[in-house]
Amino acid sequence: MAESAHDHDQDHRQLPPIVMEDHELTYFEKQLTAILNLLVEKKIITLDELRRTIEENNAATPAVGARIVAKAWTDGEFLAALRQNANAAIAGIGIRPDRLTEAKIVTPVNTESLHHVVVCTLCSCYPRLLLGQPPDWYKSEAYRRRVVLDPRGTLLEMGLELPASMEVRVVDSTAEVRYLVIPRRPAGAEGWGEAELARLVTKESMVGVAEALSPTAVLNG
Amino acid sequence: MAQRFTIGDAVTVKFIFPVGHVRTPPYVRGKTGVILGCHGDFRNPETLAYGGDGLPRLPLYAVGFEARHVAGNDSLSPRDRVVVDIFEHWLEPAA
Repeated sequence: MAESAHDHDQDHRQLPPIVMEDHELTYFEKQLTAILNLLVEKKIITLDELRRTIEENNAATPAVGARIVAKAWTDGEFLAALRQNANAAIAGIGIRPDRLTEAKIVTPVNTESLHHVVVCTLCSCYPRLLLGQPPDWYKSEAYRRRVVLDPRGTLLEMGLELPASMEVRVVDSTAEVRYLVIPRRPAGAEGWGEAELARLVTKESMVGVAEALSPTAVLNG
Repeated sequence: MAQRFTIGDAVTVKFIFPVGHVRTPPYVRGKTGVILGCHGDFRNPETLAYGGDGLPRLPLYAVGFEARHVAGNDSLSPRDRVVVDIFEHWLEPAA
């Protein structure tokens, strides 16, 4: 926490309203504003740290995760390092997913016999620094309930049909671990480099509700 | 912290419903699963959420449950699993 005179002045400024909408603040919006004001007043965070954190969160996109997947597809040593300690492996290629929390990153690998799909049934835990903000469907009650109650049926509705011979593992991300699924590498992209392969990797495929894109679709798209 | 369970152990999740910031999903309470691995020791969110230090750190296990058992639906594939991360104090050796 910086303690310069400048920061000190800033801390006593009124926080801007959290929402600038034409409606009365809801209960939770008021609560959020009150907590933020308290955190700043008690010097637990500064407005500048808040701004920077929001900007960093908003700047994260699925491209970060896609880079990790493409490297895992092409670099066996990196894949082994991911399995061993994903936080360290990811930091080793210049990405810092663990800066804000002590969350542990785990990267389940989808194979021809095992498919992982991630959910957070209690809220919306999501590897935000690797994938950006979670999509609305990920936060919906429908997805959070139904993918546990009927994994294959829910995936089928989302457009992913998995063979009966394949084991489906629904991974419920409710505690200290954030999951980034490594999707199956699609056929037809042999010899592609990491940057090209990353174009095949969608956030849906890294949550496990879709396959990675087919190379022909990307080339023709 | 010494781990009480190892991979392959059958464990039952406590069937209790304490009030507060609890990260054990209600749908697995009372269910029996198998330890698939241990993620390491983490601070306890149940005290961390209320201004505590969350210490001592507790082992956090990946526990695999049969999907058909969790959903109470025998028409689901017997292959499929739901894997939930559960802190050690929620687990007991399966009877």
